[in-house]
Amino acid sequence: MKINTIGYFFREAFASLRRNGWMALASASTAAVALMILGASLLVVLNTDYFAATVESEVEIAVFLNDKVDAQRAFDIGEEIKRVPGVREARFVSKDDALAELKKNFEQKRGVLDTLGENNPLPDKYRVKVDKPEQVRPAADKFGTIEGVAKVKYGQGVVEKLFAITKWVRITGLVVMGLLALAAIFLISTTIRLTVFARRREINIMKYLGATDWFIRWPFILEGIILGLLGSLVAVLVLYFAYDNLNQALLQSFPFVPMQRDMSIILKVYELIIGIGVGLGAIGSMISVRRFLKV
Amino acid sequence: MIAMFNVSKTYDNGVKALIDVNVQIKKGEFVFLVGPSGAGKSTFTKLLFREETPSRGHIMVNGVNLVRMKNKEVPYLRRKIGVVFQDFRLLSTKTVYENVAFALQIAETSNREIKKIVPAALEMVGLSQRADDLPSSLSGGEQQRVGLARAIVNKPMMIIADEPTGNLDPDTSWEIMKLLDDINKMGTTVVMATHAKDIVDAMQKRVIAMENGKVVRDEQKGAYGYEN
Ligand SMILES: Nc1ncnc2c1ncn2[C@@H]1O[C@H](COP(=O)(O)OP(=O)(O)OP(=O)(O)O)[C@@H](O)[C@H]1O
Ligand SMILES: [Mg+2]
Repeated sequence: MKINTIGYFFREAFASLRRNGWMALASASTAAVALMILGASLLVVLNTDYFAATVESEVEIAVFLNDKVDAQRAFDIGEEIKRVPGVREARFVSKDDALAELKKNFEQKRGVLDTLGENNPLPDKYRVKVDKPEQVRPAADKFGTIEGVAKVKYGQGVVEKLFAITKWVRITGLVVMGLLALAAIFLISTTIRLTVFARRREINIMKYLGATDWFIRWPFILEGIILGLLGSLVAVLVLYFAYDNLNQALLQSFPFVPMQRDMSIILKVYELIIGIGVGLGAIGSMISVRRFLKV
Repeated sequence: MIAMFNVSKTYDNGVKALIDVNVQIKKGEFVFLVGPSGAGKSTFTKLLFREETPSRGHIMVNGVNLVRMKNKEVPYLRRKIGVVFQDFRLLSTKTVYENVAFALQIAETSNREIKKIVPAALEMVGLSQRADDLPSSLSGGEQQRVGLARAIVNKPMMIIADEPTGNLDPDTSWEIMKLLDDINKMGTTVVMATHAKDIVDAMQKRVIAMENGKVVRDEQKGAYGYEN
């Protein structure tokens, strides 16, 4: 393709946008709204995942040892635990350590603990962490079968519930995003359809003069891409400020709520939205031009 | 150059526009297509630049079989054929110059070439002074001259004109015929469908007469042969 021709494509695309100024503006802004909601859903999904990951990574499995287990066996159990797939760390907490920790945590209510005297009712245990939240349950089940293990405890129920919620949010988010992508394609293709329709006579003449289909298509595709790009830039700008403000507000009032603050990930989301806007614009115009190329 | 072998065209609605047409046209010929309305003249011309494909038979243009031609090759065929219409088909938003340059842009000619070719073409049709005007400010004859300039800029092997003088008064028609004759004298084949008895009778070119989709007469230096 010659530089000439590319220049021609851009001139045609911008001339057409100028001719349909208001229509173009309307479709770019409706596309912006659609992309904004799409981006917001994406951010919600992202944060739900982040929240779940944060909570899940805190989930710890406590493996209580039998009272009669001696030091050597306790050590062996630790080795066996570490051999279970997915186990990241297994820290031994002796009954004395556990009591000391308990005492530290209940500094003010010392009296209650003092009544224990020299008796330590706490068992030895291992605190185990796994790599992935979905490994919690199978790992816990495995630990239960190790000889000398009395009891295995973890946030039973919580993990499963968290799983269900994130799955649900993810599916809803995807459905919402899919619908909005379709809406954006529809909006842009409608605008392009109008400009193609207004220029069907010109397209017809171009075909008689020996224009290839791509030569006819490109200016319209560029027009769609420009509309999608404008829409997505507006959407990203709004999302950027909204997310930043929400982030600041949460940080002040509810600092314990985990929120994705890794800018490189957030920027990827914005890049993705711009990419989607451009892609939808191109697809929208391809759909509209197709019908008019048959001469 | 052009050869039609047993060509028939039946449109989707069942109308038999051409029936078993066999015609050969040599390079550099000037051919009039005549005949009553509905005889199939326009269909004949449309087959040549593959706006339509025949239902039966084969068409060779410059050694290429148009029936076997792939759709994506059609644009390149059309760049070698200049088409002129009764209704001019100029772009109303482009100037005279831009309309002519458009045919070259479509063929991806460089800007440098375009700047050389377009003024020469406008010169030839006598419209150099009107280069920056819009078609709407031109007379019918002038608009058709723009159409002719546009048809020749890609140096076509053939000009196909379907009633190019159909919307013009006699004097203006003659100006257009003079130009078509000039273009033909430079070696370009011309195929022209027309109802203009005076022109056909005066020019003494080959005449192919059609009736009801059939070729009924084909003579060198022929006459129109119908009463208008
Ligand atoms: N696209 C089409 N679909 C269906 N029928 C068509 C089509 N084009 C032409 N016809 C029919 O084919 C026949 C030949 O038409 P054509 O236009 O070739 O005639 P013509 O000789 O050019 O007539 P005129 O002198 O009026 O221009 C006519 O009966 C016409 O109605
Ligand atoms: Mg006709």
